[in-house]
Amino acid sequence: MHAINYEAPKTLKDAVALLAQYGENGRPLCGGTDLIIQLRAGVRRPEHVVDVKKIPELLQLSYDSKKGLRLGAAVPAIEVCENKDLQRHYPGLVEAAHLIGSNQIQTRASVGGNLCNGSPAADTTPALIALGARARVVGPKGEREVKVEEFCTAPGRTVLAPGELLVEILIDAPKPHSADAYLRFIPRNEMDIAVVGVGSWLHLDGDKVSAARISLGAVAATPLFAAKASESLAGKKLDDAAIDRAAKLAIELSSPIDDMRGTAEFRRHLVGVLTKRTLLIAAERARKA
Amino acid sequence: MDHKTVVETTINGERMEFLCEPRQSLLEVLRDVLGMTGSKEGCLTGDCGACTVLVDGRAACSCLMLGVEAEGHKIETVEGLALGSKLHPLQQKFLENASLQCGICTPGFLMSAKALLDHNPHPTEAEIRYALAGNLCRCTGYDKIVRAVLEVSNAKASKAA
Repeated sequence: MHAINYEAPKTLKDAVALLAQYGENGRPLCGGTDLIIQLRAGVRRPEHVVDVKKIPELLQLSYDSKKGLRLGAAVPAIEVCENKDLQRHYPGLVEAAHLIGSNQIQTRASVGGNLCNGSPAADTTPALIALGARARVVGPKGEREVKVEEFCTAPGRTVLAPGELLVEILIDAPKPHSADAYLRFIPRNEMDIAVVGVGSWLHLDGDKVSAARISLGAVAATPLFAAKASESLAGKKLDDAAIDRAAKLAIELSSPIDDMRGTAEFRRHLVGVLTKRTLLIAAERARKA
Repeated sequence: MDHKTVVETTINGERMEFLCEPRQSLLEVLRDVLGMTGSKEGCLTGDCGACTVLVDGRAACSCLMLGVEAEGHKIETVEGLALGSKLHPLQQKFLENASLQCGICTPGFLMSAKALLDHNPHPTEAEIRYALAGNLCRCTGYDKIVRAVLEVSNAKASKAA
Protein backbone atom coordinates (compact mmCIF):
# COMPACT_ATOMS: atom_id res chain seq x y z
CA MET A 1 0.00 0.00 0.00
CA HIS A 2 1.19 3.54 -0.72
CA ALA A 3 1.95 5.78 2.25
CA ILE A 4 -1.11 7.41 3.74
CA ASN A 5 -1.84 10.04 6.32
CA TYR A 6 -4.41 8.87 8.91
CA GLU A 7 -6.65 11.07 11.00
CA ALA A 8 -9.60 10.19 13.24
CA PRO A 9 -11.55 13.37 13.99
CA LYS A 10 -13.98 13.27 16.91
CA THR A 11 -16.52 15.75 15.55
CA LEU A 12 -18.53 15.98 12.35
CA LYS A 13 -17.33 19.55 11.87
CA ASP A 14 -13.67 18.53 11.98
CA ALA A 15 -14.27 15.58 9.64
CA VAL A 16 -16.03 17.77 7.06
CA ALA A 17 -13.28 20.40 7.30
CA LEU A 18 -10.59 17.77 6.70
CA LEU A 19 -12.45 16.15 3.81
CA ALA A 20 -13.13 19.55 2.24
CA GLN A 21 -9.46 20.46 2.55
CA TYR A 22 -8.27 17.20 0.97
CA GLY A 23 -10.92 17.03 -1.77
CA GLU A 24 -10.25 14.19 -4.21
CA ASN A 25 -7.07 13.43 -2.30
CA GLY A 26 -8.96 12.31 0.81
CA ARG A 27 -11.30 9.42 1.50
CA PRO A 28 -13.42 8.58 4.55
CA LEU A 29 -12.57 5.27 6.22
CA CYS A 30 -15.37 3.35 7.87
CA GLY A 31 -15.17 -0.45 8.20
CA GLY A 32 -12.38 -0.57 5.61
CA THR A 33 -13.61 -3.83 4.11
CA ASP A 34 -13.78 -2.22 0.67
CA LEU A 35 -11.42 0.76 1.06
CA ILE A 36 -8.40 -1.10 2.42
CA ILE A 37 -8.63 -3.62 -0.42
CA GLN A 38 -8.89 -0.74 -2.92
CA LEU A 39 -5.88 1.03 -1.38
CA ARG A 40 -3.84 -2.16 -1.47
CA ALA A 41 -4.79 -2.80 -5.09
CA GLY A 42 -4.09 0.82 -6.05
CA VAL A 43 -7.67 1.27 -7.30
CA ARG A 44 -8.02 4.34 -5.09
CA ARG A 45 -4.95 6.33 -4.14
CA PRO A 46 -5.93 9.05 -1.64
CA GLU A 47 -3.05 10.45 0.42
CA HIS A 48 -5.38 11.17 3.31
CA VAL A 49 -7.63 8.67 5.03
CA VAL A 50 -10.14 10.12 7.47
CA ASP A 51 -11.46 7.55 9.94
CA VAL A 52 -15.09 8.46 10.70
CA LYS A 53 -15.67 5.89 13.44
CA LYS A 54 -15.07 8.31 16.31
CA ILE A 55 -17.83 10.74 15.33
CA PRO A 56 -20.88 10.31 17.63
CA GLU A 57 -23.51 11.15 14.95
CA LEU A 58 -22.20 8.38 12.71
CA LEU A 59 -22.35 5.79 15.49
CA GLN A 60 -25.91 6.29 16.66
CA LEU A 61 -28.64 3.77 16.02
CA SER A 62 -32.02 4.83 17.31
CA TYR A 63 -35.49 3.57 16.60
CA ASP A 64 -38.68 5.34 17.63
CA SER A 65 -42.18 4.09 16.81
CA LYS A 66 -43.17 7.60 15.62
CA LYS A 67 -39.93 9.04 14.24
CA GLY A 68 -38.62 5.86 12.68
CA LEU A 69 -35.00 4.81 12.28
CA ARG A 70 -31.81 6.85 12.37
CA LEU A 71 -28.95 4.63 11.36
CA GLY A 72 -25.52 6.24 11.72
CA ALA A 73 -23.35 5.69 8.65
CA ALA A 74 -20.63 3.92 10.66
CA VAL A 75 -22.82 1.50 12.64
CA PRO A 76 -21.44 -1.96 11.83
CA ALA A 77 -23.67 -4.46 10.03
CA ILE A 78 -23.53 -6.85 12.99
CA GLU A 79 -25.35 -4.30 15.16
CA VAL A 80 -28.06 -3.97 12.53
CA CYS A 81 -28.40 -7.77 12.44
CA GLU A 82 -28.68 -8.11 16.21
CA ASN A 83 -30.98 -5.15 16.90
CA LYS A 84 -34.41 -6.38 18.03
CA ASP A 85 -36.30 -3.28 16.80
CA LEU A 86 -34.78 -3.63 13.35
CA GLN A 87 -35.45 -7.36 13.23
CA ARG A 88 -39.09 -6.64 14.02
CA HIS A 89 -39.75 -3.52 11.94
CA TYR A 90 -37.29 -3.71 9.03
CA PRO A 91 -36.67 -7.45 8.51
CA GLY A 92 -35.67 -6.97 4.87
CA LEU A 93 -32.89 -4.56 5.84
CA VAL A 94 -31.66 -7.04 8.45
CA GLU A 95 -31.74 -9.83 5.85
CA ALA A 96 -29.59 -7.72 3.54
CA ALA A 97 -27.11 -6.70 6.28
CA HIS A 98 -26.79 -10.35 7.22
CA LEU A 99 -25.66 -11.15 3.68
CA ILE A 100 -22.64 -8.80 3.67
CA GLY A 101 -19.69 -11.19 3.69
CA SER A 102 -18.71 -13.25 6.70
CA ASN A 103 -19.06 -12.52 10.42
CA GLN A 104 -15.57 -11.01 10.22
CA ILE A 105 -16.78 -8.57 7.56
CA GLN A 106 -20.03 -7.75 9.37
CA THR A 107 -18.07 -6.79 12.47
CA ARG A 108 -16.45 -3.97 10.51
CA ALA A 109 -18.57 -3.14 7.46
CA SER A 110 -21.46 -0.69 7.81
CA VAL A 111 -24.67 -0.14 5.84
CA GLY A 112 -23.53 3.44 5.24
CA GLY A 113 -20.18 2.26 3.89
CA ASN A 114 -21.93 -0.29 1.69
CA LEU A 115 -23.92 2.59 0.18
CA CYS A 116 -20.92 4.94 -0.23
CA ASN A 117 -18.83 2.22 -1.91
CA GLY A 118 -21.35 2.48 -4.74
CA SER A 119 -21.34 -1.13 -5.87
CA PRO A 120 -24.27 -2.03 -8.15
CA ALA A 121 -24.36 -5.41 -6.35
CA ALA A 122 -24.46 -4.04 -2.78
CA ASP A 123 -27.02 -5.96 -0.74
CA THR A 124 -28.21 -3.31 1.69
CA THR A 125 -28.76 -0.59 -0.93
CA PRO A 126 -31.81 -2.23 -2.58
CA ALA A 127 -33.18 -2.99 0.90
CA LEU A 128 -32.87 0.73 1.77
CA ILE A 129 -34.48 1.77 -1.52
CA ALA A 130 -37.45 -0.54 -0.89
CA LEU A 131 -37.94 1.15 2.49
CA GLY A 132 -37.83 4.63 0.93
CA ALA A 133 -34.72 5.49 2.97
CA ARG A 134 -33.03 8.90 2.79
CA ALA A 135 -29.34 9.64 3.18
CA ARG A 136 -28.42 12.69 5.30
CA VAL A 137 -25.27 14.21 3.90
CA VAL A 138 -23.22 16.99 5.49
CA GLY A 139 -20.61 18.98 3.61
CA PRO A 140 -18.77 22.29 3.63
CA LYS A 141 -21.84 24.07 2.19
CA GLY A 142 -24.31 22.64 4.69
CA GLU A 143 -26.46 19.58 4.73
CA ARG A 144 -28.91 17.88 2.39
CA GLU A 145 -31.03 14.77 2.16
CA VAL A 146 -30.75 12.44 -0.81
CA LYS A 147 -33.12 9.59 -1.64
CA VAL A 148 -31.12 6.38 -1.53
CA GLU A 149 -32.22 5.47 -5.08
CA GLU A 150 -30.54 8.68 -6.27
CA PHE A 151 -27.35 8.22 -4.23
CA CYS A 152 -25.33 5.96 -6.55
CA THR A 153 -24.48 7.43 -9.96
CA ALA A 154 -22.22 4.77 -11.54
CA PRO A 155 -20.24 1.75 -10.33
CA GLY A 156 -18.07 3.04 -7.45
CA ARG A 157 -19.50 6.57 -7.76
CA THR A 158 -22.05 8.47 -5.71
CA VAL A 159 -23.58 11.94 -5.44
CA LEU A 160 -21.14 12.86 -2.66
CA ALA A 161 -19.11 15.90 -3.66
CA PRO A 162 -15.56 16.29 -2.34
CA GLY A 163 -15.82 17.17 1.34
CA GLU A 164 -19.28 15.68 1.75
CA LEU A 165 -19.89 12.91 4.24
CA LEU A 166 -22.81 10.51 4.67
CA VAL A 167 -23.87 11.03 8.28
CA GLU A 168 -26.88 8.78 8.68
CA ILE A 169 -29.66 6.93 6.95
CA LEU A 170 -33.22 7.88 7.82
CA ILE A 171 -36.21 5.57 7.44
CA ASP A 172 -39.82 6.42 8.30
CA ALA A 173 -41.56 4.56 11.10
CA PRO A 174 -43.32 1.51 9.69
CA LYS A 175 -47.03 1.96 8.99
CA PRO A 176 -49.39 -0.71 10.31
CA HIS A 177 -49.77 -3.55 7.79
CA SER A 178 -46.54 -2.73 6.00
CA ALA A 179 -43.33 -4.78 5.75
CA ASP A 180 -40.22 -5.34 3.66
CA ALA A 181 -38.23 -8.32 2.38
CA TYR A 182 -34.91 -8.80 0.59
CA LEU A 183 -33.58 -11.79 -1.33
CA ARG A 184 -30.53 -12.30 -3.44
CA PHE A 185 -29.53 -15.17 -5.65
CA ILE A 186 -26.06 -16.68 -5.30
CA PRO A 187 -25.04 -20.15 -6.45
CA ARG A 188 -24.01 -21.26 -2.94
CA ASN A 189 -25.14 -20.78 0.66
CA GLU A 190 -22.81 -18.09 2.00
CA MET A 191 -20.03 -15.66 1.16
CA ASP A 192 -20.77 -14.50 -2.34
CA ILE A 193 -21.72 -11.43 -4.33
CA ALA A 194 -25.28 -11.07 -5.59
CA VAL A 195 -26.03 -12.36 -9.07
CA VAL A 196 -29.31 -10.47 -8.58
CA GLY A 197 -30.83 -8.90 -5.46
CA VAL A 198 -34.43 -7.71 -5.08
CA GLY A 199 -36.07 -5.76 -2.27
CA SER A 200 -39.81 -5.31 -1.83
CA TRP A 201 -41.89 -3.23 0.55
CA LEU A 202 -45.66 -3.43 0.73
CA HIS A 203 -48.35 -1.49 2.53
CA LEU A 204 -51.63 -3.39 2.61
CA ASP A 205 -55.16 -2.09 3.03
CA GLY A 206 -57.26 -5.18 3.67
CA ASP A 207 -56.59 -7.51 0.74
CA LYS A 208 -55.43 -4.65 -1.49
CA VAL A 209 -52.01 -3.06 -1.87
CA SER A 210 -52.13 0.62 -0.98
CA ALA A 211 -48.47 1.21 -1.85
CA ALA A 212 -45.47 -0.84 -2.96
CA ARG A 213 -41.76 -0.26 -3.52
CA ILE A 214 -39.62 -2.71 -5.47
CA SER A 215 -35.85 -2.32 -5.86
CA LEU A 216 -33.27 -4.19 -7.93
CA GLY A 217 -29.58 -4.86 -7.39
CA ALA A 218 -26.83 -6.14 -9.71
CA VAL A 219 -28.86 -5.67 -12.90
CA ALA A 220 -27.72 -2.17 -13.92
CA ALA A 221 -24.87 0.28 -13.31
CA THR A 222 -26.53 1.32 -10.05
CA PRO A 223 -29.12 -0.20 -7.72
CA LEU A 224 -32.55 0.71 -9.09
CA PHE A 225 -35.97 1.74 -7.80
CA ALA A 226 -38.49 -0.07 -10.00
CA ALA A 227 -41.05 2.73 -10.14
CA LYS A 228 -43.41 1.31 -12.78
CA ALA A 229 -43.41 -2.16 -11.23
CA SER A 230 -44.13 -0.61 -7.82
CA GLU A 231 -46.91 1.67 -9.08
CA SER A 232 -48.56 -1.18 -11.00
CA LEU A 233 -49.51 -2.76 -7.66
CA ALA A 234 -51.14 0.28 -6.08
CA GLY A 235 -54.84 -0.26 -5.40
CA LYS A 236 -54.68 -3.84 -6.70
CA LYS A 237 -55.31 -7.14 -5.03
CA LEU A 238 -52.02 -9.00 -4.73
CA ASP A 239 -53.08 -11.93 -6.91
CA ASP A 240 -51.03 -13.90 -9.44
CA ALA A 241 -51.89 -11.53 -12.29
CA ALA A 242 -50.79 -8.43 -10.35
CA ILE A 243 -47.58 -10.11 -9.19
CA ASP A 244 -46.79 -11.33 -12.72
CA ARG A 245 -47.32 -7.83 -14.13
CA ALA A 246 -45.04 -6.27 -11.49
CA ALA A 247 -42.38 -8.92 -12.17
CA LYS A 248 -42.60 -8.25 -15.92
CA LEU A 249 -42.21 -4.49 -15.41
CA ALA A 250 -39.23 -5.07 -13.12
CA ILE A 251 -37.60 -7.27 -15.79
CA GLU A 252 -38.18 -4.55 -18.42
CA LEU A 253 -36.39 -2.00 -16.25
CA SER A 254 -33.35 -4.19 -15.68
CA SER A 255 -30.37 -3.96 -18.02
CA PRO A 256 -28.00 -6.63 -16.78
CA ILE A 257 -24.66 -7.67 -18.25
CA ASP A 258 -23.12 -11.08 -18.90
CA ASP A 259 -20.27 -11.84 -16.54
CA MET A 260 -18.75 -14.73 -14.58
CA ARG A 261 -21.65 -14.66 -12.12
CA GLY A 262 -24.39 -15.11 -14.69
CA THR A 263 -25.67 -14.22 -18.12
CA ALA A 264 -27.91 -11.24 -18.77
CA GLU A 265 -30.70 -13.63 -19.76
CA PHE A 266 -30.41 -15.58 -16.49
CA ARG A 267 -30.33 -12.33 -14.52
CA ARG A 268 -33.54 -11.11 -16.16
CA HIS A 269 -35.17 -14.41 -15.27
CA LEU A 270 -33.98 -14.01 -11.65
CA VAL A 271 -35.42 -10.48 -11.43
CA GLY A 272 -38.85 -11.98 -12.13
CA VAL A 273 -38.45 -14.86 -9.69
CA LEU A 274 -37.09 -12.74 -6.84
CA THR A 275 -39.65 -9.98 -7.38
CA LYS A 276 -42.45 -12.52 -6.97
CA ARG A 277 -40.86 -14.16 -3.94
CA THR A 278 -40.05 -10.93 -2.10
CA LEU A 279 -43.57 -9.58 -2.74
CA LEU A 280 -45.08 -12.72 -1.24
CA ILE A 281 -42.78 -12.62 1.80
CA ALA A 282 -43.40 -8.90 2.33
CA ALA A 283 -47.18 -9.48 2.03
CA GLU A 284 -47.08 -12.31 4.57
CA ARG A 285 -45.18 -10.07 6.99
CA ALA A 286 -47.38 -7.03 6.32
CA ARG A 287 -50.53 -8.98 7.22
CA LYS A 288 -49.05 -9.61 10.67
CA ALA A 289 -47.55 -6.14 11.15
CA MET B 1 4.51 10.79 4.88
CA ASP B 2 6.08 7.62 6.25
CA HIS B 3 5.96 8.98 9.78
CA LYS B 4 5.14 6.49 12.50
CA THR B 5 2.33 6.82 14.98
CA VAL B 6 2.14 5.63 18.58
CA VAL B 7 -0.84 3.37 19.14
CA GLU B 8 -2.10 2.35 22.58
CA THR B 9 -4.15 -0.79 22.70
CA THR B 10 -4.83 -3.96 24.66
CA ILE B 11 -3.66 -7.23 23.17
CA ASN B 12 -4.61 -10.49 24.90
CA GLY B 13 -5.42 -8.60 28.08
CA GLU B 14 -2.13 -6.74 28.19
CA ARG B 15 -1.91 -2.99 27.64
CA MET B 16 0.51 -2.28 24.87
CA GLU B 17 2.01 0.55 22.92
CA PHE B 18 3.46 0.15 19.47
CA LEU B 19 4.79 2.30 16.68
CA CYS B 20 3.51 1.80 13.16
CA GLU B 21 3.02 3.51 9.83
CA PRO B 22 -0.61 4.40 9.05
CA ARG B 23 -0.51 2.21 5.95
CA GLN B 24 0.34 -0.93 7.93
CA SER B 25 -2.52 -3.32 8.55
CA LEU B 26 -3.14 -4.68 12.02
CA LEU B 27 -1.95 -8.04 10.65
CA GLU B 28 1.38 -6.52 9.58
CA VAL B 29 1.73 -4.85 12.96
CA LEU B 30 1.04 -8.09 14.82
CA ARG B 31 3.44 -10.13 12.73
CA ASP B 32 6.21 -7.70 11.75
CA VAL B 33 6.22 -5.15 14.56
CA LEU B 34 5.17 -7.23 17.56
CA GLY B 35 6.52 -10.61 16.41
CA MET B 36 3.16 -12.31 16.99
CA THR B 37 3.11 -14.60 13.97
CA GLY B 38 0.14 -16.74 15.01
CA SER B 39 -2.25 -14.74 12.82
CA LYS B 40 -1.63 -15.74 9.21
CA GLU B 41 -1.63 -13.84 5.96
CA GLY B 42 -3.78 -15.56 3.33
CA CYS B 43 -5.71 -13.60 0.72
CA LEU B 44 -5.45 -9.99 2.01
CA THR B 45 -8.99 -9.40 0.72
CA GLY B 46 -11.11 -10.64 3.64
CA ASP B 47 -12.12 -13.89 1.95
CA CYS B 48 -10.03 -16.55 3.72
CA GLY B 49 -10.13 -15.62 7.41
CA ALA B 50 -6.58 -16.83 8.17
CA CYS B 51 -5.84 -13.46 9.80
CA THR B 52 -8.95 -13.49 12.04
CA VAL B 53 -8.54 -11.81 15.43
CA LEU B 54 -11.14 -10.57 17.88
CA VAL B 55 -11.73 -6.83 18.15
CA ASP B 56 -13.75 -5.98 21.27
CA GLY B 57 -14.92 -9.58 21.33
CA ARG B 58 -15.96 -9.80 17.67
CA ALA B 59 -14.19 -11.69 14.89
CA ALA B 60 -12.55 -9.42 12.32
CA CYS B 61 -9.99 -9.77 9.55
CA SER B 62 -6.78 -8.13 10.77
CA CYS B 63 -5.72 -7.67 7.13
CA LEU B 64 -8.70 -5.31 6.58
CA MET B 65 -7.97 -3.08 9.53
CA LEU B 66 -5.17 -0.57 9.92
CA GLY B 67 -2.87 -0.95 12.90
CA VAL B 68 -3.69 2.64 13.90
CA GLU B 69 -7.38 1.67 14.12
CA ALA B 70 -6.54 -0.61 17.08
CA GLU B 71 -6.14 2.51 19.25
CA GLY B 72 -8.26 2.09 22.38
CA HIS B 73 -9.65 -1.31 21.39
CA LYS B 74 -9.23 -4.78 22.84
CA ILE B 75 -7.54 -7.19 20.47
CA GLU B 76 -7.37 -10.95 21.02
CA THR B 77 -5.14 -13.23 18.97
CA VAL B 78 -4.45 -16.97 18.93
CA GLU B 79 -1.42 -16.35 21.17
CA GLY B 80 -3.80 -15.46 23.99
CA LEU B 81 -5.83 -18.69 23.89
CA ALA B 82 -3.66 -21.10 25.91
CA LEU B 83 -3.03 -20.43 29.59
CA GLY B 84 0.67 -21.19 29.90
CA SER B 85 1.02 -24.81 28.87
CA LYS B 86 -2.70 -25.50 29.25
CA LEU B 87 -4.41 -25.45 25.89
CA HIS B 88 -7.72 -23.66 25.39
CA PRO B 89 -10.60 -26.20 25.06
CA LEU B 90 -10.90 -25.33 21.36
CA GLN B 91 -7.20 -26.02 20.77
CA GLN B 92 -7.51 -29.31 22.71
CA LYS B 93 -10.51 -30.47 20.67
CA PHE B 94 -8.88 -29.42 17.39
CA LEU B 95 -5.94 -31.67 18.35
CA GLU B 96 -8.12 -34.60 19.44
CA ASN B 97 -10.22 -34.44 16.28
CA ALA B 98 -7.29 -33.90 13.93
CA SER B 99 -9.04 -30.73 12.77
CA LEU B 100 -5.92 -29.48 11.04
CA GLN B 101 -3.41 -30.66 8.53
CA CYS B 102 -1.12 -27.90 7.27
CA GLY B 103 -2.33 -25.59 10.06
CA ILE B 104 -2.28 -22.28 8.21
CA CYS B 105 -6.02 -21.72 8.59
CA THR B 106 -6.15 -23.00 12.18
CA PRO B 107 -5.49 -19.78 14.15
CA GLY B 108 -8.26 -18.06 12.18
CA PHE B 109 -10.70 -20.93 12.74
CA LEU B 110 -9.89 -20.96 16.46
CA MET B 111 -10.57 -17.24 16.79
CA SER B 112 -13.82 -17.39 14.79
CA ALA B 113 -14.95 -20.36 16.88
CA LYS B 114 -14.05 -18.48 20.07
CA ALA B 115 -16.08 -15.44 18.96
CA LEU B 116 -19.03 -17.73 18.24
CA LEU B 117 -18.93 -19.64 21.54
CA ASP B 118 -18.38 -16.45 23.57
CA HIS B 119 -21.67 -15.08 22.16
CA ASN B 120 -23.56 -18.35 21.69
CA PRO B 121 -22.17 -21.13 23.92
CA HIS B 122 -24.40 -23.84 22.46
CA PRO B 123 -24.75 -23.31 18.72
CA THR B 124 -26.37 -25.78 16.36
CA GLU B 125 -24.22 -27.40 13.70
CA ALA B 126 -25.75 -25.06 11.11
CA GLU B 127 -24.89 -22.03 13.26
CA ILE B 128 -21.32 -23.26 13.54
CA ARG B 129 -21.04 -23.71 9.79
CA TYR B 130 -22.38 -20.20 9.12
CA ALA B 131 -20.12 -18.68 11.79
CA LEU B 132 -17.10 -20.35 10.20
CA ALA B 133 -18.10 -19.50 6.62
CA GLY B 134 -15.54 -16.69 6.57
CA ASN B 135 -12.68 -19.13 7.16
CA LEU B 136 -11.32 -21.28 4.36
CA CYS B 137 -9.49 -24.58 4.82
CA ARG B 138 -8.02 -26.37 1.81
CA CYS B 139 -6.94 -29.55 3.67
CA THR B 140 -9.46 -31.12 6.04
CA GLY B 141 -12.83 -30.46 4.47
CA TYR B 142 -14.39 -28.71 7.51
CA ASP B 143 -16.20 -31.68 9.12
CA LYS B 144 -13.49 -32.28 11.71
CA ILE B 145 -13.34 -28.58 12.49
CA VAL B 146 -17.10 -28.39 12.99
CA ARG B 147 -16.98 -31.54 15.15
CA ALA B 148 -14.30 -30.01 17.39
CA VAL B 149 -16.38 -26.88 17.96
CA LEU B 150 -19.48 -28.98 18.69
CA GLU B 151 -17.53 -31.03 21.24
CA VAL B 152 -16.37 -27.92 23.07
CA SER B 153 -19.95 -26.67 23.16
CA ASN B 154 -21.24 -30.06 24.42
CA ALA B 155 -18.52 -30.27 27.08
CA LYS B 156 -19.60 -26.85 28.34
CA ALA B 157 -23.21 -28.04 28.44
CA SER B 158 -22.41 -31.15 30.49
CA LYS B 159 -20.28 -29.12 32.88
CA ALA B 160 -23.12 -26.66 33.38
CA ALA B 161 -25.64 -29.47 34.02
